[in-house]
Amino acid sequence: MAEYFTLLVGAVLINNFVLTKFLGLCIFFGISKNLSASVGMGMAVTSVMTMSSILAWIVYFFVLAPFHLEFLTTIVFVVLTASFVQLLELVIKKQAPALYNMWGIYLLLIATNCIVLAVPILNVENEYSLLKSIVFAIGSGVGFALALILMASLREKLQYADVPKPLEGIGIAFILAGMLSLAFLGFSGMM
Amino acid sequence: MGELWQIFKKGILEENPIFILALSLCPALAVTTTVINALTMGLTVTFVITSNNVVVSLIRNFVNPKVRVPVYITSIATIVTVAQLVLQAYFPILYKAMGIYLALVVVFAIILARAEVFASKHGVVKSFCDGFGMGCGFTAAMLVIGVIREITGGGTILGIPLFGEDFSPMLMMILPPGAFILIGYLVAGTKQWLKKIEEARIKREAEA
Repeated sequence: MAEYFTLLVGAVLINNFVLTKFLGLCIFFGISKNLSASVGMGMAVTSVMTMSSILAWIVYFFVLAPFHLEFLTTIVFVVLTASFVQLLELVIKKQAPALYNMWGIYLLLIATNCIVLAVPILNVENEYSLLKSIVFAIGSGVGFALALILMASLREKLQYADVPKPLEGIGIAFILAGMLSLAFLGFSGMM
Repeated sequence: MGELWQIFKKGILEENPIFILALSLCPALAVTTTVINALTMGLTVTFVITSNNVVVSLIRNFVNPKVRVPVYITSIATIVTVAQLVLQAYFPILYKAMGIYLALVVVFAIILARAEVFASKHGVVKSFCDGFGMGCGFTAAMLVIGVIREITGGGTILGIPLFGEDFSPMLMMILPPGAFILIGYLVAGTKQWLKKIEEARIKREAEA
């Protein structure tokens, strides 16, 4: 039990995917202008990542590993996650139109994103069990959502600040992310 | 010839993938702790983006527009796998240093963006120039970041100490926060510089 807890806390805070591993930065800087969009995106990424991790784990340990096709991991996983997201989009559009209106547009953005691809790859590289993979995926997703929401709140405040002209837009966003990352660095001594 | 040079040149400054387009930032932050890592990543991306542009441009008339994105992604993934295997075989230390970011070259927005925006609409030679230009711009940006971070954060360049024994490096620069803050200032600097060039051009035209 303690093992899973360590893994979860590690993925959320200590090895936060956005702020210490620089994954998912495109979404991070693109979406964090708006707080409500950030909440939606965080939820969408967490759920997609968890489901695609399970799928990728099954494919890797039941197809790729027995046939010694490990060198195909990159190709298989990218096609798998991209097509899975497209499929999910179709299903949600048909079955739950209300949900689709809420976060359908985010799904398209996640289809080929480094964070969604990175988690399944890390899972098989570290040879996690299925349960561990799920915990790790959820932790990573929550960490991503946490960073995104914190950043969005900061950027909303930033609209009232007097930012030097050249730094406006992406420049100040980076510096802000640097400060956040500095704060998250404080968690690294926790374990 | 002049046109090809223009296509090549725009990737280096005007449309620099990192500083201007702000695409594919993960590697720019993650593997630029030393110059050699930055260079390896830059060259890998140059190889992938150039080959992929050529492939996409060759097949652009046979691919149904509806399925073009999956086709491009599969092509990119194949080329990245080739790069991965070559690095693993000949440069195992660098392969280790790249870690997961090498596999993630597949989803770099810049590669898919060039395939979609440029290579799917232009001939092979032009697409090659575009990919190569973008790759060089990317490599140049990676090198700038890598050099600054290695000098300030480690006090070395390509592993050679620069400042003697008493120098204590600014550790933050090789940690994640340093990367974010440095890129923030570099993006702002590039923006300002391009604005200056633009203003000078307008002034020159007004005088002429």
